[in-house]
Amino acid sequence: MIPELGHFALILALALSLAQAAVGLLGAQRAEARLMGAAPPLATGVLLAIGAAFACLMWSYVVNDTTVANVVQNSHSAKPLLYKLSGTWGNHEGSMLLWVLILALCGGAVAAFGRNLPSALQARVLAVLGLVAAAFLGFILATSNPFQRIWPPPMDGQGLNPILQDPGLAFHPPLLYLGYVGFAVTYAFAVAALIEGRVDAAWGRWVRPWALAAWSFLTLGIALGSWWAYYELGWGGYWFWDPVENASLLPWLAGAALLHSAIVVEKREALKTWTVFLALLAFGMSLLGTFLVRSGVLTSVHAFANDPARGIVILCLLAAFIGGGFLLFAWRAASMAPTGVFAPLSREGALVLNNLLLCSIAAVVLVGTLYPMFADLLLGEKISVGPPFFNTATLPLAAPLIGAMALGPLLPWKRARLAPALLRLWWVALLALGAFLLCLALEGQRIGPALGFAAALWLIAGAAADIADRLALFSRPRAAWSRARGLPRAAWGAALGHAGLGVTILGLAGMGLATDRLAALKPGEAAALAGYEFRLEGVRDVQGPNWTARRATVQVTRDGAPVVVLEPDRRTFPVARMTTTEATIHTTWLADLYVVLGEERDGAAILRLHHNPLAPWIWLGAAVMALGGGLSLSDRRMRVAAPAAKLAMKGARA
Amino acid sequence: MSGAGASPPPDGGAWPAKAAPRGRSRRSLLLLAPLGVAAAAGAGFYAMLRGLGTGSYNPRGVPSALIGKAPPDFALPPLEGAERPGVSAADLRAHNGPLGRPVLVNFFASWCVPCVIEHPQLMRLAREGVPLLGIAYKDKPEDSLGFLRRHGNPFAKLGVDQPGRVAIDWGLYGVPETYLIDKEGIIRWRWAGPITNDTLGAELQPLLRRYA
Repeated sequence: MIPELGHFALILALALSLAQAAVGLLGAQRAEARLMGAAPPLATGVLLAIGAAFACLMWSYVVNDTTVANVVQNSHSAKPLLYKLSGTWGNHEGSMLLWVLILALCGGAVAAFGRNLPSALQARVLAVLGLVAAAFLGFILATSNPFQRIWPPPMDGQGLNPILQDPGLAFHPPLLYLGYVGFAVTYAFAVAALIEGRVDAAWGRWVRPWALAAWSFLTLGIALGSWWAYYELGWGGYWFWDPVENASLLPWLAGAALLHSAIVVEKREALKTWTVFLALLAFGMSLLGTFLVRSGVLTSVHAFANDPARGIVILCLLAAFIGGGFLLFAWRAASMAPTGVFAPLSREGALVLNNLLLCSIAAVVLVGTLYPMFADLLLGEKISVGPPFFNTATLPLAAPLIGAMALGPLLPWKRARLAPALLRLWWVALLALGAFLLCLALEGQRIGPALGFAAALWLIAGAAADIADRLALFSRPRAAWSRARGLPRAAWGAALGHAGLGVTILGLAGMGLATDRLAALKPGEAAALAGYEFRLEGVRDVQGPNWTARRATVQVTRDGAPVVVLEPDRRTFPVARMTTTEATIHTTWLADLYVVLGEERDGAAILRLHHNPLAPWIWLGAAVMALGGGLSLSDRRMRVAAPAAKLAMKGARA
Repeated sequence: MSGAGASPPPDGGAWPAKAAPRGRSRRSLLLLAPLGVAAAAGAGFYAMLRGLGTGSYNPRGVPSALIGKAPPDFALPPLEGAERPGVSAADLRAHNGPLGRPVLVNFFASWCVPCVIEHPQLMRLAREGVPLLGIAYKDKPEDSLGFLRRHGNPFAKLGVDQPGRVAIDWGLYGVPETYLIDKEGIIRWRWAGPITNDTLGAELQPLLRRYA
């Protein structure tokens, strides 16, 4: 009964979202307030219906309802509750449901918080979101119904892939989707603006919080996925330039460009066409990722549902939304004349440079990801494009981007001179140069990590210099505190975001100095790595909730003094007939000690030992970036986006 | 659409009056570029999806170096309890000659989920009289036996490759994987991944007829 209710709620949501699209478009077109006013309640209705459907699916997972095909394929009664819950979205059908749930949440948020928007703009944005929701609900109902029953019910489910049974991964998809789907809102704003034929400062102010929120969530989602790969897959790597990882990086890059160019629209009413294009592009890249993962056109560790029939439907949705968006863009964008003019060397100019470089990196990643597929299709050649290409091709683009990142915020709007800005950064440059030389001196001829340390310090100290400059910390230190309180949170957020990238680069540079070794140890034997001694005490059997494991006990000492006892597992999941390795990691602020237990042979256990300097900083930096985004989001300017008259009215009502 | 109408409104004096037509056409071409790129990519993706259906595009299909060559020499012991003889390169040659027929060599394992998906198609081929030689890859003999007892045994001959050495000689990509050897003893086709009903109808059966 409950699954049928969920199925019914999905159909209801489809009908409601179609209605939402119709009243929004028609109402805005005819300027009928009653029609337009119906869009927000409909968006709330869609949210409630999809929320109910999602709850029904989750309920089926929690009670392990084996008459539901989706549960049978992806769950098992012996699974811990957390993974029963996260199993709801650990598969194609459930994750699509999560996708539309988050889309409905975005629609609900536009309906609830968008009362300050001009009603035609709000109605059109909701209409576009309704169209997207209707298309994806139709896709789910037609090809991927999560509530499909099977009869007779099997005794128990087949279990969730053990690699996915992990707390980090439980939250990776929801965060990632919050990012992907968040760009649907900026897309809807762009389409609404194209229909209206008008982009102004107010539009930029409304788009920017959405771009910021989506980008911050995407940052967290990507970081969580990368962290999970680092500790769960047991390779000690954190980024593999896998096509699906690239698919998440593309909207991140486009989104980063968007949230910077939206500033220019807001402050200076320039770069309008470009910003609209980026808003279309960011969502297009999100959809492209969905297509690549779910259609089976490429193979990847993330392969979801390899079904060409589904692929055709997703491709049609892609054609409708990306093609439709770009068609509208080609037709209407010419009408958006820029009003603000600026010299090449100015804050605007720096943001244009940022956009060009970010988009170039995105283009490189896109080409590298799609090239093997198109080479196979057109030339019949099997090639793989791997990390060497991506590293060598993105580095020359990232270097000027990082260089400009510290400089840009110091430049004034409209017209700037380079010398004063550079003068304020001289100590930052010295610090970066010092880090470069120090690393070369300590680590020998390792140019890559040395450049990384220099870039990291340039960004972190550059952000500090920006804040110090705004506070007039050195010229008038006494007023600094009051100036700090008066400084808009957006400025703090920007500095924090830039510094966060610096922290991540610090981690990447540290990982460039990582060392590892493979050792076959019998109990009592030891191996040395990076000044630490790893002694294998013994290997024993352990019983978990739905797995059995061999667990090694490794005593780590440094100069004879005990550091930590590490216990890596090799887990066997009988239901899925799979073995996973659980690496154990000892984290200090300076380095990770990372031990993986391999196979056992002739009484000896094979241990893989890693010493990863500064590894945790990679993900810490991402958290700082997202925090910067959040701080910027809480800026007064974002909250008070409405014309004063309308605010006063709201105040009177309250 | 909104009241602005079909023709784009003037640029509001952004361009000098004289250069306007050229500048505007260049600009509108530029604005069309994203649509063009997206359309080209879309056409490519459509071709890929079509190719996935017919088998002409396969992202997992790593070309085998053995196509057009004789299989490597090998001899594998039988699976205890399966009541089938073991497999060797000589068995493949035994099907040679004018009265011979093409043979399928299938690598499988009890721990492999796609093998379960593929199994009904193998059973169907066996019922149609296609000689199937099975190789149990990196699997405990009792597990392989249990797998075949549960799902049926389509194989005429069955070898055990527990260390996976023969698989290395064949250049195995993963299990399941299937090779077609014609009656001259030459490898004609390799399929990495499960044989689904689509693969069977679109690829394997035409090939079996062609090399029969």
